[in-house]
Amino acid sequence: MSFTQAIFEALESLNGNKMRSGLTVLGIVIGVAAVIAMLAVGNGAQASITGSISSIGTNLLFVFSGSADGPPGGPGSGRSGNNDRPLTLSDADALKDPFAAPSVELVAPAIQGNGTLTFAGENSTTTISGVTPDYAIVRNMELAEGEFINQENILGRMSVVVLGPESAIAIFGHADGVVGETIRIEGQPFRVIGVTVAKGGGAFGSEDNAAYIPFTTAQARLIKRGVRDEVDVIFIQAVSAEAVPSASEEVSNIIRQRHRTPIGIDDFTVFTQQDFLSTFATITGVLTIFLGGIAGISLLVGGIGIINIMLVSVTERTREIGLRKALGARKKDILLQFLTESSLLSLIGGIIGIMFGWLIAFVVGKVATATGNNFTPIVGTDAIILSTSFSAIIGLFFGIYPASRAANLEPVEALRYE
Amino acid sequence: MDWVIEAHNLTKTYMMGEFEVQALRNVSFNIERGEMVSIMGPSGSGKSTMMNTLGCLDRPTSGEYILDGESVSEMNDDQLASVRNRKVGFVFQSFNLLSRLTALGNVELPLRYAGITEGRRERAQAALEAVGLKDRMTHRPYELSGGQQQRVAVARSLVNNPAIIMADEPTGNLDSKVGKEIMNLLLALNKERGTTLIIVTHDPNIAEQTQRVIRLRDGELDVTAEDKGRKK
Repeated sequence: MSFTQAIFEALESLNGNKMRSGLTVLGIVIGVAAVIAMLAVGNGAQASITGSISSIGTNLLFVFSGSADGPPGGPGSGRSGNNDRPLTLSDADALKDPFAAPSVELVAPAIQGNGTLTFAGENSTTTISGVTPDYAIVRNMELAEGEFINQENILGRMSVVVLGPESAIAIFGHADGVVGETIRIEGQPFRVIGVTVAKGGGAFGSEDNAAYIPFTTAQARLIKRGVRDEVDVIFIQAVSAEAVPSASEEVSNIIRQRHRTPIGIDDFTVFTQQDFLSTFATITGVLTIFLGGIAGISLLVGGIGIINIMLVSVTERTREIGLRKALGARKKDILLQFLTESSLLSLIGGIIGIMFGWLIAFVVGKVATATGNNFTPIVGTDAIILSTSFSAIIGLFFGIYPASRAANLEPVEALRYE
Repeated sequence: MDWVIEAHNLTKTYMMGEFEVQALRNVSFNIERGEMVSIMGPSGSGKSTMMNTLGCLDRPTSGEYILDGESVSEMNDDQLASVRNRKVGFVFQSFNLLSRLTALGNVELPLRYAGITEGRRERAQAALEAVGLKDRMTHRPYELSGGQQQRVAVARSLVNNPAIIMADEPTGNLDSKVGKEIMNLLLALNKERGTTLIIVTHDPNIAEQTQRVIRLRDGELDVTAEDKGRKK
C-alpha cells in the first residue's frame, strides 16, 4: 500500500466517525492553540520590555555606587554601611577626560529623591531628579513644549522644573500649556520651563511620572546627601553602541583609581543597557518557558486523548483488522494505517490549533491595546514549527502503541472477534 | 498428479489453560488443482483449525503443508500474509465486507495489498461483472442484500486469481434460495475458471454438490466416510 492510499483510507475512516474524530482533534486544537498563544504572549512581553529598555538608548551605561556582587550591595542600593565610597561630582568630571576615557561621549550625573508637587491644591508625589543639561541627550529625552534645563539654570541654582507628562496631568489636569506656571516642590516654588514627551514604562519605572530640576538646585535645597557633591547615579553615553564594552572598562578603571579600591573589590557597579537587556531577557525567557510548559501539558492531555480513542478504535475494528490480514495485509500495512490515522488527527488539530492560537494572541493584543498597554503578542515561526512538529510527534508517539497492538493481532483471533 | 494442496501429518495443538488440546492429529491428504472439495465434521472436530491452516491464517504445530508448490509450514507472519494475498481467496459466512468502502473498493482491497496500482480498478470491475454485480459497483454494503454482499465477497476472493478459494459456510447467513444462487455461482466459477474450491460446511446438501468430501472427527480424518459424497 502506498502512502497516499494510506492517507486517503485514514481520511475515509476518520470521516466515518465524525463526532469522535472531531472531539479528539479538539483536544489537540486546544493544546496547540494554548502553546501558540502562550508563547506569543511571552514573546510579546519580551519584545515590549526589550523595546522599552532599548528606548533608553543603545549606548547607555549606568554607574551606581555599591558592589553588585558582595552582600549587601546591589545596583542602586547605594552605600550599605560598609566602607564603600560614594560617587561624587568629581568622579563624574573625571570620566569626561577624553584621554583616559576616549569611548565616553557624555556624562550626566544625577541625584534622585522623592518629593511632592503641589499646584492649586492638587498634590502628586513623584521622583525628583537633579540633573545636568546632558541628561536629556543621554536619556533620549524630547520635550513636548518648553526647554530642558540649561547650563545657566545650573550655574544660577535656579528654581526651574521640567515635568514628565504624567506628573503634569496629575497636578494640572493636562500636559500642555503649563510652561510658565509656578508649582511648589516640597513647599518651595519652582517655575515650569518644559514638559517631556510621553515615553511609556521604562527600566526604572515610568519616566513620565517625574520632575527634573537643576543638579545644583537639588543638591542645595531639596535632596540632602551625607557627603558633599555626592551623586546617586552617573549616566554615561558611549560614542557608539560598539564602544559600550570599552567605555565600561575605561569608566571602571578611572573610578577604581580614584576610589583606590583593590582590583576585584569595586565599591561601584557599571551597568550597561546590554546587562539590563540580558537580565530581563532571562526573566521573560523563564516566563515564556513557564507559560509554554503549562500549555504543553494541555497538548500532552490532547495526546492522551488520541491514544485513548485509537485504542477504542483498534478494539472496535478487530474484525476489520483480521479481514485485512486475511486479504494479505502485512504487519507494517496495519501499522501504517493506524499511525496515519493518529498522525492525521494530531496534524489536523495542529493546523486548526495554530489558527486558533493566532486568533487568541490577536485578541489578547487588541485587549491590551484597548486598555492602554503597549503590548503586541508575537506569533513566531519558531512557535509554529515547534507546536506543529510537537503535535505530529505526539500523534506518532501516542499512535504507536494502539497501532502496534492492531498490527500484532493474530488473524485467526481477530476474525473470530465479535 | 497436479496437487495444489499437499498436507503431510498436519498436527495442531492448542493450550487451553492447563490442558493441551489437539485440534488436528496427523492429518494427511492432497487436493488436486481444479478440484472442488468440502470439509465436513461436527463442531469441535477441527474443521475451523483445518480451514485456518489451509488458508494460511495459522501454522501447523508440526507436519508439512505445501500450497501451490510453496511450503508454508515454516513461514513467518509477513510471508504468510503474502501467500494469503497471492494464493488464497476467502469467502466468510458473515461476508466481512468493509462498510466504509463501496463494492468496488472492497474488491480492490486484495489488489491494494498486492501493491498493484495499474489496472486495479479494471480487474475489480471484471471480478464484479463475473459475479453478476455490474450495476452495483458503487453501492456500499448496507445498500446491498445479503446475497449481493456475498457475491461481492466472492468477487473479492477471486480478484487476485488465487490458487484456492476457501469458503467458510458461505451460505450460512443466507436463506435457502439465495444460498442456492451463491452455491451455483461458486460451482460455475469452479467449472469455468478451474479455481480450486474448498468449502467448509456442516450442511450435507452443500457437501453433496462437491466432488469430494473430507470428513473430520476429533481432529482426524474420518476415512470410512471419505468418499461417500464423491460424484464424478
